[in-house]
Amino acid sequence: MSILIDENTRVVVQGITGSEGTFHTKKMQEYGTKVAAGVTPGKGGQTHLGVPVYNTVAEAIEKEGANASAIFVPPLFAADAITEAADAGVKLIVCITEGIPTFDMIKVKQFLKVKDCNLIGPNTPGIISPGKCKIGIMPGPIHTPGSIGIISRSGTLTYEAVDQVSQQGYGQSTAIGIGGDPIVGLKFIDLLKMFKDDKDTEAVILIGEIGGTTEEEAAEYIKKEFNKPVASFIAGQTAPPGRRMGHAGAIIAGGKGTAEEKMKALEMAGVYVAKSPAEIGQKIKEALT
Amino acid sequence: MKIHEYQAKQILSKYGVQIPQGEMAQNPSEARTIAEKIGPKVVIKAQIHAGGRGKGGGIKLVNSPEEAEKTAQEIIGMTLITPQTGPEGKLVRRILVEEALAIARELYIGIVIDRAKENCVVMASPEGGVEIEKVATETPEFIFKEYINPATGFMPFQARKLAFKLGLEGNTLKQAVKFILSLYQAFKATDASLAEINPLLITAQGNVLALDAKMNFDDNALIRHPEINEMRDLNEEEPLEVEASKFNLNYIKLDGDVGCMVNGAGLAMATMDLIMHTGGMPANFLDVGGGVSEESVKNAFKILVSDKDVKAALINIFGGIVRCDMVANGIVKAAKEIGLEVPMVVRLEGTNVELGKKILEESGLAFYPAASMKEAAEKVVPLAKK
Repeated sequence: MSILIDENTRVVVQGITGSEGTFHTKKMQEYGTKVAAGVTPGKGGQTHLGVPVYNTVAEAIEKEGANASAIFVPPLFAADAITEAADAGVKLIVCITEGIPTFDMIKVKQFLKVKDCNLIGPNTPGIISPGKCKIGIMPGPIHTPGSIGIISRSGTLTYEAVDQVSQQGYGQSTAIGIGGDPIVGLKFIDLLKMFKDDKDTEAVILIGEIGGTTEEEAAEYIKKEFNKPVASFIAGQTAPPGRRMGHAGAIIAGGKGTAEEKMKALEMAGVYVAKSPAEIGQKIKEALT
Repeated sequence: MKIHEYQAKQILSKYGVQIPQGEMAQNPSEARTIAEKIGPKVVIKAQIHAGGRGKGGGIKLVNSPEEAEKTAQEIIGMTLITPQTGPEGKLVRRILVEEALAIARELYIGIVIDRAKENCVVMASPEGGVEIEKVATETPEFIFKEYINPATGFMPFQARKLAFKLGLEGNTLKQAVKFILSLYQAFKATDASLAEINPLLITAQGNVLALDAKMNFDDNALIRHPEINEMRDLNEEEPLEVEASKFNLNYIKLDGDVGCMVNGAGLAMATMDLIMHTGGMPANFLDVGGGVSEESVKNAFKILVSDKDVKAALINIFGGIVRCDMVANGIVKAAKEIGLEVPMVVRLEGTNVELGKKILEESGLAFYPAASMKEAAEKVVPLAKK
C-alpha cells in the first residue's frame, strides 16, 4: 500500500504544453505514471506526448476519468489552476509551481475548506510511491519500493534522505514534499495521520526546516497518537534570523521558528532527531531497531 | 522586501492612514528647507533598514531650521549602530525630517500573516514604543488580536473592538477605527507581509497618527506591484547579495570561511549545518536552484569566489534529473575563466555522475572529489583552516 496515490491513479497535467509541463510529463510517463489528460486553455483537441489536451479540467475529468492533477503553470496563474482542479472534483492536487503570492494561497485555502480534496504544495517536488506512481519532478530512479514514509519541506534534501535510506537497505512506501512556502496544503500532521493507517509504512522520516510551527504541531501529534517510529532532521541550524533562506517559508521571524525549538519539540515526542544531515539514514535505522 | 520608514509612510498616506507632516532629505540644506516649511521644531530620523535607531543616536529632536541643518550634517554619513544592525552598523544616506508632536500615549498596531492559521491577523497593544516580541513574551495579555476572514476582509466591528480594548474614546476612537481600517487596506492592496505602526501616536489633542511605520512585502507578489519594487534600496543590501539576485540566485553572506554552493534551499541549509557539525563555519548560503544549469553554476561560482572571506569551498549538487556532466562542465568552465584560488571540494550525485567526475578529473584543475556529503564536509573544513 501507499498513501494518496497508487498504480490506479490517473493524472491530468495542468500546463502540459509548457516547457516544464512537457519535460516532467515525459519523465512521469517514463516512470509509469498514468497521465490521462492535459489541460491548456485554448489548446483543447490537440494531442501532446500522446495525451489528449482539453481546455478545462472539468472536461478532462469527464472524458478521461482522472482523479489527480499536477500543476505546472506560472505563479500568478497557479491559484486559478488549483481552484479550477478543486472545482472539477479532483481529489489530489499537486502544485509544483514556485513563487505564488501568499495572499493568493490564503484565498485558495479558504476555497478548499468546503471541497473534498487534498492539496500538496505549492513549491513542492511532488509525491511518489516507488514502482507505482510519481506526480512531480523528483528523480524516479533514486527511489525504491519499501516501508519508510518520507515527509519533507524540501526538494533536493529529500533526495539526499532517500539516498541515505536506500544505503541502509530500506525503500520508501510514499515520499511527499509538502512545499517550501509559508502556506501550503497538506502539512506534516495530515500526512502522519495517513501514514498511521497505512499498513505498509513501518516508520516515517520528517525533514523540516526553520520557519513556522508545522514541526511543533507534528511533534505534539506524534507524542499523543502516532505509534510508529519517527526519525527527523531540521535544516537551518546555522541560518541567521530574519533572513529568507531560499524557500519563502524558511525564515526565523521575531525569534520564532528556529531549528533548535523544533528539534527540541521532536525529541520530547520521542523522535530520533539527526543533528547532522549526514545521519538521517542512520537515525531511521536506530528508530527501527 | 523591506523599504524605508518614509517610503512606508508615503504608501500608507495614499490609503488614508494619518501620518505626521514630513519629507525625506539627502543633504543638510534640504533638511533646513523642510524644517523652515514645517518647523521650527522638527525631528530628524535616520533612514536605514533596521530598528532601534533612537538607541543608536539616529533620531534627534531639534528646535530650529539651523539646528536641523547641523544635526542632518551629523546624521547623514554616520555609521549607525543599533541592536538590529550588528556591530558593523549601517551607513545613513537619507533622513526623514518630520514635525514634532506632543505625545499623550504610545500604542501599537500591526498586521502580519499568521502561518499556522493561514490568515492575516491585526494586532493591537497599549504597550507601544517597545518591541512587540518583548510584549508577547512578557505580557501577552496586552496583545489583542483580530483574525481576518478572507471572504469578508477586515470588518469595521473588528477595528472597533480593538480600539475599545485600547481604551480609546470619543473622537480619538473614531480616528483610530478609521486608522486601523486604512492600514488594512494598504496592507492588502500592496501584498504586504508586515505593516507595523510602533508607536501609534495619540497626540495631546487626541489625534491618531503613525509616528513610525514599517512595511515588508511578499517578494513573490512584487511582480504585480512595480511601484513598490522601485522603492528597493540596493544600498541597504549586501553587494554580493545584490549581484547574486541579478542572476536569480539565492545568496546570503554569513560570518564563516567555508563557502558553499548547493542546489536547492533545504540541501543548502543542511550543507551549512553539516559544515558547522564538522567544526567549520559556513561563509554563505548559496542556492543555485533545484534545476541547476551550466550558466547558473558559472554565475554562482563567480559570486562564491568573490567573497574574500572564503578560505575553502564545498560544491554539493544532488542532481537527480539534472545531469552531473553538465554541472561538471559548468564548474570547469567557471574555474578556468575565473581561476581556482581557493581549494574546492566537489560532491556530485545524480544522472551521469561517473561522467561528471571524469570531467572534473580530466580538467587538470585541483578539485577535491567527495563521494558523500559527510566526506565533502570532512575534507573542506580542514582545508579552510590551513
